[in-house]
Amino acid sequence: MTTLPPALSDWFAAKGWTLHPHQMDMLQRAADPATLLIAPTGGGKTLAGFLPTLAELGPTPPPGLHTLYVSPLKALTADIRRNLRTPIEGAGLAIRVEDRTGDTTYTQRRRQRADPPHILLTTPESLALLLSYEDAPRIFQGLQRVIIDEIHALAESKRGDQLVLQIARLQSLNPTLRRIGLSATVENPPALARFLAPDTAILQADPGPDPDISMLDTDDAPPWSGGGGRYAIPAILNEITRHRTTLIFHNTRAQAELFFHDLWLQNSDSLPIGIHHGSLAREQRDRVEAAMAAGALCAVVCTGSLDLGIDWGDVDLVIQVGAPKNVKRLVQRIGRANHRYNAPSKALLVPANRFEVVECQAALDAVRAHTLDGEPRGPGPRDVLCQHILATACAGPFDAGQLYREIITAGPYALLTQAEFDACLDFVATGGYALKAYDRWQRLKQTHGKWHLRDPRAAALIRQNLGTILDVDTLKVRLKNQFGGTPLGEVEEDFAASLTPGDTFLIGGQIVRYEGLRELTVEVSRAPGRDPKVAVFNGTKFATSTLLADRILQIFQADAWPDLPAHTAHWLSLQREVSRLPDPHSLLLESFPHDGREHLVIYGFAGRNAQQTLGLLVTKQMESQGLAPLGFVATDYATLIWGLDPVTDPVPLFDPETLRQGLEVWLSGNAVMKRTFRATAIISGLIERSHQGRRKTGRQATFSSDILYDTLRKYDPDHLLLQITREEAMRGLIDFSRIENLLQRVGDKITLIRRPRVTPLAAPLFFEPGRIPVHGSGRDRLASAEAQALMQAAGLA
Amino acid sequence: MHHTLFFHGESLHLRPTGALHWPARNLLVVSDLHLGKSERLARRGGSLLPPYETQATLEKLDRDLDTTRASSVICLGDSFDDTASADGIDDHSRLWLARLMAGRDWTWIAGNHDPGPIEIGGTHRDEVALGPFTFRHIADPRETAEVSGHYHPKARLAGQSRPCFLADAKRLILPAYGVYTGGLRSHEPVLTTLMAKDALAILTGPRALAIPMPR
Repeated sequence: MTTLPPALSDWFAAKGWTLHPHQMDMLQRAADPATLLIAPTGGGKTLAGFLPTLAELGPTPPPGLHTLYVSPLKALTADIRRNLRTPIEGAGLAIRVEDRTGDTTYTQRRRQRADPPHILLTTPESLALLLSYEDAPRIFQGLQRVIIDEIHALAESKRGDQLVLQIARLQSLNPTLRRIGLSATVENPPALARFLAPDTAILQADPGPDPDISMLDTDDAPPWSGGGGRYAIPAILNEITRHRTTLIFHNTRAQAELFFHDLWLQNSDSLPIGIHHGSLAREQRDRVEAAMAAGALCAVVCTGSLDLGIDWGDVDLVIQVGAPKNVKRLVQRIGRANHRYNAPSKALLVPANRFEVVECQAALDAVRAHTLDGEPRGPGPRDVLCQHILATACAGPFDAGQLYREIITAGPYALLTQAEFDACLDFVATGGYALKAYDRWQRLKQTHGKWHLRDPRAAALIRQNLGTILDVDTLKVRLKNQFGGTPLGEVEEDFAASLTPGDTFLIGGQIVRYEGLRELTVEVSRAPGRDPKVAVFNGTKFATSTLLADRILQIFQADAWPDLPAHTAHWLSLQREVSRLPDPHSLLLESFPHDGREHLVIYGFAGRNAQQTLGLLVTKQMESQGLAPLGFVATDYATLIWGLDPVTDPVPLFDPETLRQGLEVWLSGNAVMKRTFRATAIISGLIERSHQGRRKTGRQATFSSDILYDTLRKYDPDHLLLQITREEAMRGLIDFSRIENLLQRVGDKITLIRRPRVTPLAAPLFFEPGRIPVHGSGRDRLASAEAQALMQAAGLA
Repeated sequence: MHHTLFFHGESLHLRPTGALHWPARNLLVVSDLHLGKSERLARRGGSLLPPYETQATLEKLDRDLDTTRASSVICLGDSFDDTASADGIDDHSRLWLARLMAGRDWTWIAGNHDPGPIEIGGTHRDEVALGPFTFRHIADPRETAEVSGHYHPKARLAGQSRPCFLADAKRLILPAYGVYTGGLRSHEPVLTTLMAKDALAILTGPRALAIPMPR
């Protein structure tokens, strides 16, 4: 067994700390090639991950990088640095620990390349950049260990795929490299173990006691729709005063902002409450994190940016506002409360609307039953592979055969065929176009059997484009003054474009007045006490998991609902009286006239993305049947379609074969595919994200990726990027597999109920934002009519 | 279906493709083709965009010429993405272009992307005066009865943004005809100061639709 340096053991003893059994186990397994540690939050799992490193480095290690720590969050690396330095400095060990993220200064990054610390804490994106430098082999020479924190969170996205490709690279550079994965919430440990390395041992720590969770009881019933949870503010303030520190989670940044603002308006006791989310300026986030660590705040309103890791010692209550959508994420968030081992975490769920009351109940049941959701991911996406090949070329000439053999050691790419790899390489080198190749201007060329950049100057541009996180174009927001102004955060470019001087919006909980755009910065002034226009941030829209949707349908089947609040139970009873409640074995449809339009509701409970796809496909069928659909809106539970004529025979609309054919045709030109294509085009290096970011307002914009998509579809329909886009869309935004599962489950049991007016269950759908117009013949007629009306109003026709 | 604009005593057809047809002179005018854009980006070590935009733009032009049976053509500048693009254009496209030019009176007006002479036949001019009109690449605020391009104007109607013509009593600005071209919203100050208050935007798309110019 590897032993800790005596100075460290003594320091632990002096502090009265004893190692948990799983921490001892990690020391014991120090020599193993790969270990996945599953331990509850607060179980000291990060320290457990670092113990073998501290033991191997000893009190006076030689210079050189020994351990690389990768986490999904920048904030986490800074936090770990602080936490790690305490015992290292306390025990007087000469171990250098530094972090390196997008926030690290240029000078420090340059110094780190020349003289790496013993322990480097970073993110997958910063690691990608580091590995793309020519001196990567020197920087990583002698690397012994890599620790991946919150590995389950990374494994769910392309960031994880990119990371394991990078680790394969590191393993080639250092064949004795050992891997450690750390995670608290894992629904399928063997799958995660395979993701980390082919021969990973799983170490499961004592999971600790069950959490103490319930739904927040409020005087007012939640509203019919919307996501703010503002009705619950008095009850939430009350809970805050009764606890030491409360984290209040929201699903989107915009909701967090609105909620925080309203919370302050009602915060008559001036309780110190902060806000934290990814769109805030780093200075703002730092301040909140520091205040939080110092125990100066009694609550923080936050989003997924605080989902993971950061060790807030004395959080004793977590409040989730809005439906959790996913049990695993809920469990993760609950774990933020009470970071002490073997103490139950306390959490309250606050449904934002009536539908969410049922979903919250379903989530409570699931947590109590210890079931976690998780959809298995398919093979590693090839756009990430294309980027990896480009990045590899930036670091220096490479041998294609060697690179292929290295890539298939990475879990998600284990089944990648030589032909698939060759196609990616061809795309990176020549564009991969069937009809016309860039023979003269290839991006990569082969010389003496090795591939390299044709134009070495291209490396700088490629590096700017590394990473798989895609942000919408954002602009910085600053307070206008003569000193350059305090940075407040960022807003989406589209939102900024919609502002005119004098408009007000919320950022960082304060209302600001839009003054103007200077270069790429939105200048604002403080404007207290005015009604804000809402800032539209790119809040991720998670789809409700299959597990939760199934549980909701189960709840609907009950004869009565004693566990649900009375208002919700009453609503469901009313629906049962007027129409019926959806059930797991059939597909319920309702049709009714309202406000001069015909409406159709599809209660598919297939999650937001699949319901949206269903909306697109069904309206397409309706269009061809001459029912003149005008638009639809989708939620996690249902799709509401409106049009000119009623649906009377629904069965042909839901024929799986027709839907699939419709999908093929529809896939060609729809917005979801175009959005997916844009992401794929950026990740694979077809278009450069820096160009997008640098777009100057007032100058001619770059043309949109939609045009590239249309061109490729027309001239090169089998192009690699279209294949990737299709795969991505089918499992991502389109989620067609969930529609197929739904149709398979219900078979021909499709029930259409006709009612003279809106039904109780359908009513909330009318308040949903995100209505999607159907661009059919009806819409063309409307556009002509609108143009004519405008001309008439202007006296021109 | 095109939109008919009465401009300085002449009847002009603004086509849904973004081309201008002047039936009285049997003239077709297009602007900002930006042929060879993908090749230019690749040459500079940038992205390898789908190299089909020249083909796509020529197809569109071919159809417009076929429909209108125009006997003369004016390209209002930025026809090539840079002067080297004109040389770099592949044989297939060169032949195609030659076929389109054959038997037609073809004028290339210089743009900011392609200021020099191009080895591709036709007449090369900085500007052209024809009937009451002056055709040039960039609008001159002091001029009247002027037809120009350059700005790639676009405007939004019923939730969709489309390339558009801009027209007022003094000038007509054409949308970019090339496939890989971005756009400038008609709201931008450069366009709102250039165009009169009562200017129209005529949107391209399935049919040409006129609206008051959004500002």
